Amino acid sequence: MFSEFLKNNIVYLDGGMGTLLQASGLMPGEHPEVWNITHPDVIRRIHKAYFDAGSNVVCTNTFGANILKFSCEELDGIVKAAVENARTAARESTAKGQKFVALDIGPTGKLLRPLGDLDFEDAVSVFAATVKAGVRYGVDLIMIETMNDSYETKAALLAAKENSTLPVIVSNAYGADGKLMTGSTPAAMVAMLEGMGADVIGANCSLGPKQLAVVVRELLENASVPVALKPNAGLPSVKNGKTVYDVSPKEFADDVTALIKEGVSLAGGCCGTTPEYIKALTEAAEGISPLPLTEKNITAVSSYTHAVKLGAPVLIGERINPTGKKRFKQALLENDMDYILGEGVSQQEKGVHLLDVNVGLPDIDEVSMLCRTVCELQAVTDLPLQIDTADTIAMEAALRRYNGKAMVNSVNGKAESMEAIFPLIKKYGGVAVALTLDESGIPSTADGRFKIAEKILNTAKKYGIDKKNIIFDTLAMTVSADSSAAIATLTALRRIKEELGCHTSLGVSNISFGLPRRDVVNGTFFALALENGLSAAIMNPYSSDMMKTYYAYRALKGLDENCAEYIEAADSFTVDTASDTVKKAPSEYSSELQRAIMKGIKEKSGEFTRELLKSTPPLDIVQKEIIPALDTVGKGFENKTVYLPQLLMSAEAAKCAFEQIKAVISREAASEEKGIFVLATVKGDIHDIGKNIVKLLLENYGFKVIDLGKDTPPQLICDTVVEKHAPIVGLSALMTTTVPAMEETVKLIKKNAPWCKTVVGGAVLTEEYAKKIGADKYAADAMETVRYAEEVINKQA
Amino acid sequence: MSNVILTKEYEAPPVNKKEVLRYAGCKNADAGVASLLDSCIEELSDKLVYKVCYCLLPLHISGENVDLGNFSLSSGKLALCLKGCKKAVVFAATVGIGPDRLVMRYGSTAAARALMLQAVGAERIETLCNSFCDDVAKEYGSVTPRFSPGYGDLSIETQKDIFAFLEPNKRIGLYLNDSMLMAPAKSVTAIFGIVE
Repeated sequence: MFSEFLKNNIVYLDGGMGTLLQASGLMPGEHPEVWNITHPDVIRRIHKAYFDAGSNVVCTNTFGANILKFSCEELDGIVKAAVENARTAARESTAKGQKFVALDIGPTGKLLRPLGDLDFEDAVSVFAATVKAGVRYGVDLIMIETMNDSYETKAALLAAKENSTLPVIVSNAYGADGKLMTGSTPAAMVAMLEGMGADVIGANCSLGPKQLAVVVRELLENASVPVALKPNAGLPSVKNGKTVYDVSPKEFADDVTALIKEGVSLAGGCCGTTPEYIKALTEAAEGISPLPLTEKNITAVSSYTHAVKLGAPVLIGERINPTGKKRFKQALLENDMDYILGEGVSQQEKGVHLLDVNVGLPDIDEVSMLCRTVCELQAVTDLPLQIDTADTIAMEAALRRYNGKAMVNSVNGKAESMEAIFPLIKKYGGVAVALTLDESGIPSTADGRFKIAEKILNTAKKYGIDKKNIIFDTLAMTVSADSSAAIATLTALRRIKEELGCHTSLGVSNISFGLPRRDVVNGTFFALALENGLSAAIMNPYSSDMMKTYYAYRALKGLDENCAEYIEAADSFTVDTASDTVKKAPSEYSSELQRAIMKGIKEKSGEFTRELLKSTPPLDIVQKEIIPALDTVGKGFENKTVYLPQLLMSAEAAKCAFEQIKAVISREAASEEKGIFVLATVKGDIHDIGKNIVKLLLENYGFKVIDLGKDTPPQLICDTVVEKHAPIVGLSALMTTTVPAMEETVKLIKKNAPWCKTVVGGAVLTEEYAKKIGADKYAADAMETVRYAEEVINKQA
Repeated sequence: MSNVILTKEYEAPPVNKKEVLRYAGCKNADAGVASLLDSCIEELSDKLVYKVCYCLLPLHISGENVDLGNFSLSSGKLALCLKGCKKAVVFAATVGIGPDRLVMRYGSTAAARALMLQAVGAERIETLCNSFCDDVAKEYGSVTPRFSPGYGDLSIETQKDIFAFLEPNKRIGLYLNDSMLMAPAKSVTAIFGIVE
């Protein structure tokens, strides 16, 4: 058994395959996997040479064997032949060592959404087909390698785990900056992969052993599972028409051996390495016994870029949550994703380390909403997320799609809760926030809560979940209802930290419920909680008192060198003095608000609107301030005295002003809504900056925009137009190859919604093209779209 | 020389702000636009890579057929552009996913910033291509203008051949999607000839 062998030995992997195949005549662009069938002798010779050189594990020649490149039958034939070639080589090799055959799985060759066009679940299916074939033909283990995207790595590991019980090595290709192409650090990869149950985590390809040393050390520092290393033979260059690598077998062997001494347990080579390199390595490392594995006890969550480790206190932004937030509820009900994403981005700007995501409302489909929110948030922020839902199905759907290792909010001491949540943590990874309550409620004493924590840990252990992946929330209860509430919470917090060695979390602001000036109580309670061992606070980052406490605490506890962070943050502690800054407007602008909009100063336009609202009816502000300012800028753009960036800055400033108005009255009432405008980037097109610009301006001009996003199927656009009886639809396309999708959409709309006008735009379109595909109007820019939309609405009225 | 695909990584070349403004549709920058431009350059600065993979290939032209040994392309305009050359370089270049990420981030919350970021990205990739072509010219003599799939009569579908040949996904993290869009978006594939 490979797993047994791994426990007590340095495992030697094989070396490069591609380089050797090219030397045997493989041409660029040719699929090497086909050679399993057409040139089995060559493949067997290479595998055997690796076994002879001392490799314990040989990877099948199936790097690109997947159903995106081959039909199911072809794939089956290739994997079958590939495994047979490796097995034959193992039989024929007379080397003494143990020999195993690993199913080699490389990247799909496609980039996953949102950056590319391959859906996550489709990627899982692609890998699943290869895994199943490998299992069918009896490989000993699975080697997922050269992955340069954390999301694709997750898809591959998930497929391996769902379709086999074999040990899985997961190895990523890190660049010279020590990160994956998509930005992940080694620590982030360890958090995610170890959480999902990878048996070995490693690094391969891209660089030589010296350059990969930094990556390897970070892996070793964080991983509690064995670490693998398969570097290139340095960097390639061309000599006499041939590719040569700049690290010799001897140097390679010495460098890799040094890293084995630091703790690497599995070693081999990648591009440019040959059996000669592996032989040199096995000789150089002979007699070295593997370092014993140590449990690192790191509690970490991760995003697709970085890991956040619990230790020094971290902040979890609580604002993505409809509870008690009218504006957020409205955004959820109206599918206003921009507002929700904006909350994520601005909390990040405030300095939180994680974002809590709760989109539960009685009237919405939480499973799809949570999943969508998690995916879209991950497109705009690189903060790790805390997925917050009571719906287990929604939790699973979100955890599955999440790119990284999430915080899971929450589990509690009830048997039912643990039965539902722990299997999800086991499968997808995650750090669970465990509430110290159970079937009999929340114990009033610290001791009662502590006992529940112990019970939760014991149960988690039965599911194979380590205590590092549980953090405890000892539940802040309203102090105005029970004067000992805070003490019970804090005592339980401290005991769990000290006696169980676990990290903790609290929803801090519950403590002050029912009291005046809640911020004051919250800030002080937060300080007390930090001093009693709070690791993660779920809190409102817009609360100045909370942020003050946080930065002051860090400075006082020696966590902030030279108080640098405190000093930087202190600027924002000053009291908001918007009222003092509303000066008399300079003569060229009729008011400061107009100036702010025309100059495109977002922050000011919000402030001035808030101020004006104290003395002026909201509709007057819209009619007499915002709209005239926008009109001036819009006309300037049309006359070419104002350029696009300036137009957009003004539009954003106006949007900020509208947000303030909306806080007081509904948008519909605010701007006498002009009409519905359905907007989409067509099927196949994934760039939407132009569409977003059009949306921003249309909204400013009072249209209700239904934004269907990018890569939108024609049928969905048509159905939406029909359902809303929209008078006008706008379509954008960037590429000549997606214009046919635009044409199809236009035709579908003309057929099913003959009343609806179609306006098209985008980089490749021209007036002539627009006519050819049957659109009513070609708009060269966003203002032209606005003017046309006004014309259409006016005609109808 | 031929058939070997190489990868090259560059240091950040200086930013041409005028070009960025041109891509942003802006003839001149007032104080607001200038500070937006500077902060976009700053925000992108540590999120860019400058990677190229390329191959020098023998070139045979007959009529509209441009034969590069491993694959051939059909385009009268490309044939004209490469006329008289015996060798051509086919390359793929990218500045990485940094601009895509930030444009996505700000696309729905800060449109002006998104616009400016994508303009910086456009300037960066063009500047990278210029640096690369200059380097080749230094080594091999002068070069023709570069010609990309989708220009003139060179079909965008040619991307498939170039991607199958260069495999830039493995080498520089550049992908082609089903509608022939490249990801990262700020990327270029092109062919140019070496004038002897």
